[in-house]
Amino acid sequence: MAIEKKLGAATRDAYGKALIQLGKTNPDIVVLDADLSKSTKTALFGRQFPDRFFDMGIQEANMVGVAAGLASQGKIPFVSSFACFLICKTHDQLRMSVAFPELNVKVVTSHGGISVGEDGASQQSIEDIALVCTLPGFVVMIPADQYAAEKLVLRSAEWKGPVYIRTGRPKAPIVYSENDSFQIGKGVRLREGTDVTLVANGLQVFEALCAHEALKEKGIRSSVVDLHTIKPLDQTLLLEEAKRTGAFVICEEHQIWGGLGSAVSTALSKEYPVPMEFVAIQDTYAESGKPDELLEKYGLTSPYIVKAAERVLAKKAQLGRV
Amino acid sequence: MQKLVNIPDLCAKALEMRREIIRMLGEAGSGHPGGSLSCADLLTALYFNVMRHDPENPKWSDRDRLVLSKGHGAPALYAALALCGYFPKKELVTLRQLGSPLQGHPDMRKLPGLEASTGSLGQGLSIGIGIALAQILDKKDYRTYVMISDGECNEGQIWEAAASAAHFKLNHLIGILDYNKYQLDGAVQDILNMEPMAQKWESFGWNVCEIDGHNMVEILEALEWAGKQAGGPSMIIAHTVKGKGVSFMENNNDFHGVAPTKEETARALRELGEK
Repeated sequence: MAIEKKLGAATRDAYGKALIQLGKTNPDIVVLDADLSKSTKTALFGRQFPDRFFDMGIQEANMVGVAAGLASQGKIPFVSSFACFLICKTHDQLRMSVAFPELNVKVVTSHGGISVGEDGASQQSIEDIALVCTLPGFVVMIPADQYAAEKLVLRSAEWKGPVYIRTGRPKAPIVYSENDSFQIGKGVRLREGTDVTLVANGLQVFEALCAHEALKEKGIRSSVVDLHTIKPLDQTLLLEEAKRTGAFVICEEHQIWGGLGSAVSTALSKEYPVPMEFVAIQDTYAESGKPDELLEKYGLTSPYIVKAAERVLAKKAQLGRV
Repeated sequence: MQKLVNIPDLCAKALEMRREIIRMLGEAGSGHPGGSLSCADLLTALYFNVMRHDPENPKWSDRDRLVLSKGHGAPALYAALALCGYFPKKELVTLRQLGSPLQGHPDMRKLPGLEASTGSLGQGLSIGIGIALAQILDKKDYRTYVMISDGECNEGQIWEAAASAAHFKLNHLIGILDYNKYQLDGAVQDILNMEPMAQKWESFGWNVCEIDGHNMVEILEALEWAGKQAGGPSMIIAHTVKGKGVSFMENNNDFHGVAPTKEETARALRELGEK
């Protein structure tokens, strides 16, 4: 029995909405964009708070440095562009001007992952999570839907220090409701099972929920965990799951190297190693196509998660762990 | 802190700063003498005459800010801050040692008086723009000074920032270019010629003046001129001599990033009038 797919707003739209709320309540919030404000949705803030909005033009490196300068004077800058442009082009600026001096800069990108779609590989960010995770002190998050995105953006403004949030271009399936609350660094257990744990973030959370239903049909009881925060990682929740299910499938719309899978496997191999499978982009660039077609072609939809779960259960049986 | 108003007093202070730079680098055994000595007169004028600041209260909200974008010139900035009284002078010789707040390149978390962490070239001017925008948002009237180097102008981000500062008409942003004509691998004109330098900045919309960066009268006049400009940021192109003040370091690029030996330190200090 499949679960109902109800599309909500894109997570980038939720970001735009959250910025308005922040702008109304906190005069220190300033927003910078690099000529993509209509796409990242920061233009909404710009219209309402023109004095606190800076369209920097197409110059990401300067934008990040300017944000650092603003943060050094007590402002809370949100900087935005597409994930690939902002994160890949400005790794050094994020390192030197933001992470190293521990400045209170919020980096929120749109167009994360391959679900960007038709624009093709040059606009699809598959490396951003790995890049930001290497920067000491940065919080790194991918919200699953509009509700998670809005709340996590609000939370990020309360957090002292650098934060990265990746949002997406397409409408995201609803996972949560308006009343759900979120905490930075705390994963959400959406389903509880005993056989295998499906860990996901972003659009992959909905795919994991679909996989959970499909696995149930096969008599396999799975947990589903939304690990919206990749850094800092919710070690407690991961350990609980590892001890209960003893098998993990980690699902992410990111290059397999250096993303959520790497983070979770590093954490668990130290504390409580369990067999794992990884549903991720297999060290390749994608291409143009409809978002759904791309997610299917590059192996990120729920049937792939189901197959990965079956593989990891076979490994678990081989290892003789209950 | 006593503001120095006489030219001879400022020149004497610059000489004292140079001695401190040589002592620090000699003790550390590594670092960048050439580009520290070339900006010593500029920093003396700023910290002892021009800038509004209070070493007793480094976070005073109305202070003028200085970002040393050419982070390898840290010894000069540390010497300026110590001589002003931001921290005890005796700490200067801990430069680059484990646990010292005087890091090889400026770390704003570790030392009072630092407005930015720098060391990856090309980023300080953008930070200065951010500070200048905050000054406007906060309705303050302080000035933001950013010292950049000539080799640093190779970096694309400098020209992003050049366009940006002019676009936002940041007339409280004052750039100072320590134009000592050398970068690590050789003469700027041979590695990546940036001439015509003044025209580049002018064409980006900056008010530009060119001075002898070791002539205290010209430095003070230029800083006063820059403070009065309206309608956009100002760039003072200060023609300087790398290694200025020490005969065997002047225009000798071997001292770009190599500290003087014990003997060289002693000789340099004698030349700089150590009694």
